[in-house]
Amino acid sequence: MAGTDEREAAFYAIVDSDGRIEPRDDMPEAYRKTLIRQIAQHAHSEIIGMQPEGNWISRAPSLRRKAILLAKVQDEAGHGLYLYAAAETLGVSRDQVLELLHTKRQKYSSIFNYPTLTWADVGAIGWLVDGAAITNQVPLTRCSYGPYARAMVRICKEESFHQRQGFESLLTLTRGSAAQKAMAQDALDRWWYPSLAMFGPPDTGEQVSGGHTEQSMRWGIKRFSNDELRQRFVDMTVPQSEVLGLTIPDPDLRWNDERGHYDFTAPDYDELFRVIKGDGPCNAQRLAHRVAAHTDGAWVREAAAAYAAKQRAKTRTEAA
Amino acid sequence: MTGLQPQPYALALGDDALVLAQRLGEWVARAPELEEDVALANIALDLLGQARTLLTYAGELEGAGRDEDALAYWRDDRDFRNVLLVELPGGDFAQTMARQLVFAAYQYELYDRLRAGADETLAAVAGKAVKEVHYHRDHATQWVLRLGDGTDESRRRMVAALDAVWPYADELFEPFDGAGVDPAGLREPWTAYVGSVLAEAGLAVPEPDGRRSGGRRGLHTEHLGYLLAEMQHLHRSHPGATW
Repeated sequence: MAGTDEREAAFYAIVDSDGRIEPRDDMPEAYRKTLIRQIAQHAHSEIIGMQPEGNWISRAPSLRRKAILLAKVQDEAGHGLYLYAAAETLGVSRDQVLELLHTKRQKYSSIFNYPTLTWADVGAIGWLVDGAAITNQVPLTRCSYGPYARAMVRICKEESFHQRQGFESLLTLTRGSAAQKAMAQDALDRWWYPSLAMFGPPDTGEQVSGGHTEQSMRWGIKRFSNDELRQRFVDMTVPQSEVLGLTIPDPDLRWNDERGHYDFTAPDYDELFRVIKGDGPCNAQRLAHRVAAHTDGAWVREAAAAYAAKQRAKTRTEAA
Repeated sequence: MTGLQPQPYALALGDDALVLAQRLGEWVARAPELEEDVALANIALDLLGQARTLLTYAGELEGAGRDEDALAYWRDDRDFRNVLLVELPGGDFAQTMARQLVFAAYQYELYDRLRAGADETLAAVAGKAVKEVHYHRDHATQWVLRLGDGTDESRRRMVAALDAVWPYADELFEPFDGAGVDPAGLREPWTAYVGSVLAEAGLAVPEPDGRRSGGRRGLHTEHLGYLLAEMQHLHRSHPGATW
């Protein structure tokens, strides 16, 4: 049996050669724990993220848009399932991590604590929130942990489809009536900074937080820093806003020839920290909704388990 | 009975599918298991697809320039032709599954016959939908078995759910002028299927005190007005807009 040092060396040999760690491979305990937290919180974000969009299923303004939205929210539940399954390969159960979500010991993306006040918000979520998610997640398709990387390949394909649908929905609004265009601009005004905040705290300055980045990069879980990804998102999104004919709510946004990037105003990180700590507009509502669904459904899950046990007993009796 | 009149028939079947899709959509992010969020959204999406095709066809036959959205968003409850069953509030998961079993078993028999019917468009719709509905029926069947033969609590709820939806089952088999398939002829295979599921779950077939109907004539429960107010509000706030 290999010693600790040898096993660690084998782990880093795989990571450093851009290979994949698989569930049965040795891995440092801290790597396992970090991945459980990250994958579970990613899964939680998918299922809490069903709520702000689900809020508009009953009111979607055309049957086509209603169908697109239903399909999207269904995909999100599916993403949650893939991700919980990926987390389970690390030795936790879905029930365990859901319990951590329900008792506020694990988090979900800060963005889903904002309300969807108009129909245009559904388009803005597709365009900006899914756009930011893709920017974050595409590098994860090359993450060192195989099950997570493979889940991200599937998820990113669907997310980029959603992102285009969101953009197309907003484009329809901006080409529509004055009221529709105003609705789209209002949505961009409210979702721009929360979307920028999705990339997390800045890399430098007083608000650097946690310090997971360096370790995650060493482990091949993270490949780019928060600010690198945020910049990439801004550079990608500004030209899209021009196609839409919408104004990004940042008077200091401008192309910087020297850097070859857009300069922009950073989001209010104090607000981000407040929202992450639970004091955003919808934190209490989102969690209460999730807990209520789980609690109200307990008798259904118990019935399914009891039925399955009876069926197993019947099979055993017949086999005997 | 008069000959086949696909327009009112397509409209009625489209309204059934649209209203039930709306009710199932209410479960999204509220289901007992993530798998059920996926399943219920999936069924709602299938039904919405059926509704869109049927309403589009009804609008074409009418020839007054009304498309699926004009029919979905600009008719009031007195002009909707869905059966009452689909507009009832979802209730608990047992009630939703009781309704799904009753309705999917009916829709399966209906589409199975309609696909061999005289109207080519309805036959094509039915040919596609029958596969979806087969899955819906199986899903509801599995849940009625689990809940009926699960715990004492789930059994109590399943019995109550069946009692709640049964008064609305008869309307599915009422005569419908111009129907492509005689609704009365669906009752026997429907009874055989649903009866076998209930028997396997150890549940009695309910004997309801009364029988409710009126939906096909636009005489609805008080629930439909609210459902439509919510569904139509945004569309009606922006007349003529494209979404």
